Amino acid sequence: MPVLDLMSGFIAELRNAGLPVSLTENLDAMEAVKVIPIEDREAFKYALGATLVKNNAHWRVFETIFEVYFSLRGPEYAITKDGQPDDFWREMQEQMDQVKGQGEGKGSGGGMDSLTPEEITAMLMRALMSGDQAMMRALAKQSVQRFAGMEPGRPVGGTYYLYRTLRNLDLDNMLQKLMDANREMSKQELTSLEERLEKDEFESRIEQFKQEIESEIRRRLVADRGAEAMAKTLRKPLPEDVEFMHASRDEMQSLKKALYPLTRKLAARLARKRRHGRKGPLDFRNTVRHSLSYGGVPADPKFRYPRPAKPELMVVADISGSVAAFARFTLMFVYAIQNQFSKVRSFVFIDGIDEVTKYFKSTEDIGEAINRVNTEADVVWVDGHSDYGHAFEVFWERYGKDITSKTTVLLLGDARNNYHAAQSWVVKEMAKRARHVYWLNPEPKSYWNTGDSIVGEYGAHTDGVFECRNLRQLEGFVENLT
Amino acid sequence: MKPRFNDVATVRSGLKNVNYLADDGIAGVVYLADRLGKPVLIEGPAGTGKTQLAKSVAELTGARLIRLQCYEGLDESKALYEWNYKKQLLRIQADKNSDSWSEVHDDIFSKEFLLTRPLLEAITSEDPVVLLIDEVDRVELETEALLLEILSEYQVSIPELGTITAKQIPLVFLTSNNTRELSEALKRRCLYLHVDYPDLEREKEIVLNKVPDISENLADQIARIVRSIRQLDLKKPPSVSETLDWARTLMLLGIETIDADEAKETLHILLKYQTDIAKAAKELSVTK
Ligand SMILES: Nc1ncnc2c1ncn2[C@@H]1O[C@H](COP(=O)(O)OP(=O)(O)OP(=O)(O)O)[C@@H](O)[C@H]1O
Ligand SMILES: [Mg+2]
Repeated sequence: MPVLDLMSGFIAELRNAGLPVSLTENLDAMEAVKVIPIEDREAFKYALGATLVKNNAHWRVFETIFEVYFSLRGPEYAITKDGQPDDFWREMQEQMDQVKGQGEGKGSGGGMDSLTPEEITAMLMRALMSGDQAMMRALAKQSVQRFAGMEPGRPVGGTYYLYRTLRNLDLDNMLQKLMDANREMSKQELTSLEERLEKDEFESRIEQFKQEIESEIRRRLVADRGAEAMAKTLRKPLPEDVEFMHASRDEMQSLKKALYPLTRKLAARLARKRRHGRKGPLDFRNTVRHSLSYGGVPADPKFRYPRPAKPELMVVADISGSVAAFARFTLMFVYAIQNQFSKVRSFVFIDGIDEVTKYFKSTEDIGEAINRVNTEADVVWVDGHSDYGHAFEVFWERYGKDITSKTTVLLLGDARNNYHAAQSWVVKEMAKRARHVYWLNPEPKSYWNTGDSIVGEYGAHTDGVFECRNLRQLEGFVENLT
Repeated sequence: MKPRFNDVATVRSGLKNVNYLADDGIAGVVYLADRLGKPVLIEGPAGTGKTQLAKSVAELTGARLIRLQCYEGLDESKALYEWNYKKQLLRIQADKNSDSWSEVHDDIFSKEFLLTRPLLEAITSEDPVVLLIDEVDRVELETEALLLEILSEYQVSIPELGTITAKQIPLVFLTSNNTRELSEALKRRCLYLHVDYPDLEREKEIVLNKVPDISENLADQIARIVRSIRQLDLKKPPSVSETLDWARTLMLLGIETIDADEAKETLHILLKYQTDIAKAAKELSVTK
């Protein structure tokens, strides 16, 4: 298919995935592909990216869709092997036959297909050892062909094939094997620094090889199912839309990455807000006082600059299983902009409750503080299942008196109380003393008050319950808070 | 207008000749900027060569670099143009009796009395220029709007003079450290380039190019250690400029291969926060 025809499907998919592509940008992309040949793969990808993606957090999503629409297509990727291999492929095969001939002492001629799994693993190890890129790529192809067991038309996701391929290659033990071999080969003993650097190098090669396999599987799936269907299966939310409660490990990483720039921007925005546009009403007395030097003419009107006191914040967070990630991100967020508040105190609970403010005070490293919260805080009272009622009661007993008219209290959790007593009077009392009490719930609104969720019962006493499923919503809430 | 570059590869090799190590992404976007006549908005972590890219492109194309350094409070009179009031006043007083007011008026609002600031200068220049609008995220949103006309039309409207249109389309680079979200309007007008930390090979090349007499072996080791350190969860990962500072320090100390102790003792050049230094020191001395 000519490039221009692919473009409309490609851009439609970007929009489906949530990228805000405007008409101008669409047109720019059309111009871009006219001046950069698609064969110049990397430059072509970046040229498209430069016209269509104006936010780095969206790059990963863009890359995936790009790969689906523009990665090499052709008969050699067909799952049924009736295509003709291209020149590069033929060359690789010859090279491999040679390696095989030398390495295993057999004559060449059998071709790749005759290699045993053990031989493939051995070749892979050699390629990883020397960092031979072309060989790694060829082996990735070969491994997928041999081990993934892909069948045309079978409705199975890419992860399944990835798993099958990797299992056959014994990649889990590869790092250790490479390190051992490396140690044996080097003449002197490696220093710990050298070992560490070697290990990082091998890890990056293995990672690269894995990605090569993933791409290969994806290419074949695209060839089998078509780009559109494939893009749909791969569709992933943007980092700011990933649900805290269902984030995979990978998504957690991207969330973490997205969090920091977000807080930085928010802090800058808030600081600007404080500095500017804060002209209050006319300060009559001050104006008159100054007018004396103009002979009583109020030539230089003075305004009052209201300096609203920064709020004091108390964060009370459920950190049990399903909502732990949400608590973590909210705490990180709040502490990243803590100078927007006059004071921040934090408390975590499951069925017991503990103050964790001190962990954030003793280090500049928020990540480390969060780790300590998770490992050291004393939050289990009976069985380690959320008991909001008991946790709130203890909170009130110990810290209730610290709530003042300057305090904003944030209660975090899904309010799934395991059918324990609610003790919602505590929230009512909090609201009486505090400036504001808000509840942030990481569950979708439609789940509230179903099953053992009693967020409505607590929420009735607060100034508002807010759905906070993702970074976007969390950021919006925090911005309005300060 | 004649394109400045034949293809992406020319951009890349040309930049290398002026000691800037680009990857295909960077080179591709620079090439595209020339072909489409569009400004490039460059974002990325501190010290990754955003500003340097504009400078190097100027050097490569033999163009004059005109730089507008942004800061909070930058306004029209510093970015675009300003009338030279003193000179205008003198002119009015000198001719008090002879000319009619309308003549004087036309005269004092002519180019002679105009003080050109970087943006106008870039537009009116006869010779080729590269315009660098550095750290654009520092100006207020309202000031950002000033840029829009220039960036899309390559022209400036001056009420008293009319519209001044560029004689040639300059290459324009804007850099941002991402301290605030730039307006959609600005982003739409620009090509977007995210410059990240370089990969191992490119960083090594940068070190080899920028640090005189450094050995291949040391450059390689430096790039590897920096890569390992960047993988840690740090407050502020080392930038390219910090890598270069570190390389120069090691050269001064006469170190040929780095051992763990030397690395630890010089970490403060790479890392700025005490917690980061402690973390890296711990990581470098133990194999996991
Ligand atoms: N790709 C590169 N090739 C050559 N030198 C580079 C490269 N990248 C960075 N450098 C060098 O690193 C240093 C920092 O670069 P520069 O000042 O352009 O960074 P920056 O991204 O503009 O940083 P900041 O955000 O702090 O303004 C310079 O000395 C520059 O020469
Ligand atoms: Mg700069």
